[in-house]
Amino acid sequence: MPSNLAPDIAPAPAVVIPRNIKQIVLSAFVILVALAILVSIFGNERFGWRVIGAYLFSTIILSGIANTLLLTLICMIAGTLLGAVIALMKLSASPPLQWIATVYTWIFRGVPLLVLLLFFFNLAALFPQLELGMPGSPPLITLNANEIISPFTAAFLALSLHESAYMAEIIRSGIVAVAKGQSEAAHALGMKPLKVTQRIIFPQAMRLIVPPTANQVITMLKSTSLVSVLALSDLLYSAQIVYSQNYQVIPLLAVATIWYLVLVSILTWIQSRVERVFNRGYGEKRRSHKKVSQRPSNESKNQPAINEEEANA
Amino acid sequence: MPEVNNPETVIELKRITKSFPTKNFERLVVLDDMSLNIKRGEVVCVIGPSGSGKSTMLRCINRLETLDSGEIRVLGEYVGYKEVNGSMELLSEKATAQQRQRLGMVFQQFNLFPHLTVLQNIIEAPTVVNGVHRKEATKVALELLAKVGLTSKADAYPGELSGGQQQRVAIARALAMNPEVMLFDEPTSALDPELVGEVLRVMTDLAKAGMTMIVVTHEMQFAREVADRVVIMDKAKIIEDGTPEEVFENPRSPRTREFLARVSGTNGKA
Ligand SMILES: Nc1ncnc2c1ncn2[C@@H]1O[C@H](COP(=O)(O)OP(=O)(O)O)[C@@H](O)[C@H]1O
Ligand SMILES: [Mg+2]
Repeated sequence: MPSNLAPDIAPAPAVVIPRNIKQIVLSAFVILVALAILVSIFGNERFGWRVIGAYLFSTIILSGIANTLLLTLICMIAGTLLGAVIALMKLSASPPLQWIATVYTWIFRGVPLLVLLLFFFNLAALFPQLELGMPGSPPLITLNANEIISPFTAAFLALSLHESAYMAEIIRSGIVAVAKGQSEAAHALGMKPLKVTQRIIFPQAMRLIVPPTANQVITMLKSTSLVSVLALSDLLYSAQIVYSQNYQVIPLLAVATIWYLVLVSILTWIQSRVERVFNRGYGEKRRSHKKVSQRPSNESKNQPAINEEEANA
Repeated sequence: MPEVNNPETVIELKRITKSFPTKNFERLVVLDDMSLNIKRGEVVCVIGPSGSGKSTMLRCINRLETLDSGEIRVLGEYVGYKEVNGSMELLSEKATAQQRQRLGMVFQQFNLFPHLTVLQNIIEAPTVVNGVHRKEATKVALELLAKVGLTSKADAYPGELSGGQQQRVAIARALAMNPEVMLFDEPTSALDPELVGEVLRVMTDLAKAGMTMIVVTHEMQFAREVADRVVIMDKAKIIEDGTPEEVFENPRSPRTREFLARVSGTNGKA
């Protein structure tokens, strides 16, 4: 077996050997420090590695993860949709709509998320009866706020509204940043306004909107941990439930930490893939050439560039 | 059906006025009571100092700007309006979009769609606006690319091309809509000097093929050799209109002489 593998491994320049002696010393030092840290963490009984192992895949933690992901997903969707509406209002020609959008973003960007959460949770104290109907006439539906405002709805409202204010700004600046010449060129070709927005402005704005939105998803995932103050069993609160019973505070916080890091890493990886898709045609010559080559209509002229790239890989 | 005064006239500007609001609540007059007729097959070069209203005139012709007063007709039809029982009515965006198809426009900054490949740039409008089948549109696009000498770049993105190549693609893109008139707004002003020639060559071919063209340019050589007419604009007005010989050798107004002396002194770059 080894004799088979050897020729394959030999030419691959996987490890770059530092020629400079200073670099060798520095690398050795960094590795030593890293090892020392790892030993101090994994060797530390107080971290309770056995407890961590026991709870890492426990039902209560996994269901906490499910809640965290669910909350992240629906608040992100609601926040983005609402944000798009606010962005369009801000870009509209109507001053009242612009004012509404401005005041809205001012409020929901200005108030800390934790305050918003507590505020929505205690909404029942402010409006005990929520009434739906025409002002002046008897309400069509009367709802008891205490029944509706569960921790979940409070969390959903606070996170979504908070998010929408940030998404509005991201979407607005993405649309504004598409050069004016683009819509003019499209109009000059006889394209109708809706098509210009759909096919020319939107795809280009997306390139600017998607990367910060992916960042927002990651921020949102972490922000959901705040809902633990409402006793909503997300990942963090699930860990808290466990340690309130067994007093293994650090191991359970470690369990939550490990899962947050895993989830954020996955999202970061997805983010980089998505960004690559949306950056097509923007300066990354080699990559876009490669994309072209995967389509059947490829021209032979592009071939040398691809071979070159593959040779370098 | 609006009457066509002269079947040969494809573009008619009649006493058009256009102004923009300024910061101190006044109005900057950019086109001042201007009239101009363009006949089928004519190549008209428009020359003039920066800020004299040349771009605005082109933009009014395809209604990227609206007029304050006066009228513009393209192929006998008002642009952006229609006459109903003697009064003028604003056309819908849809109808205006349809009118614009007859006018191809080439911009100083190319304005290619950066998220689309060269081929996609060219077939976008024919497929989306006219519902031409992708295959058919691609065939036409490749013929046009051959015409501008860029067959090999069909799958490249605009960002991978030189300025000269981008502008040639932009010309092909405009031609793909089969326009009756081509409007060029300083098509070579954003180019490095060594890339100007390749674009002018494409434009010369187009002129020879009989295309009606309005070309805002500072390329005097091109105006002399290719244009049927040269129009000189200054301060929102046309101050000279005639054959290249008339305008360049025998200008009527002293301001033209002054301008031409200045331009030829700086090798065609105003
Ligand atoms: N959208 C606009 N708003 C305000 N002023 C404008 C606008 N477009 C052009 N102008 C002004 O109109 C004048 C003529 O512009 P333009 O037609 O671009 O001139 P040219 O193309 O001959 O250089 C300039 O003074 C310019 O600043
Ligand atoms: Mg101009």
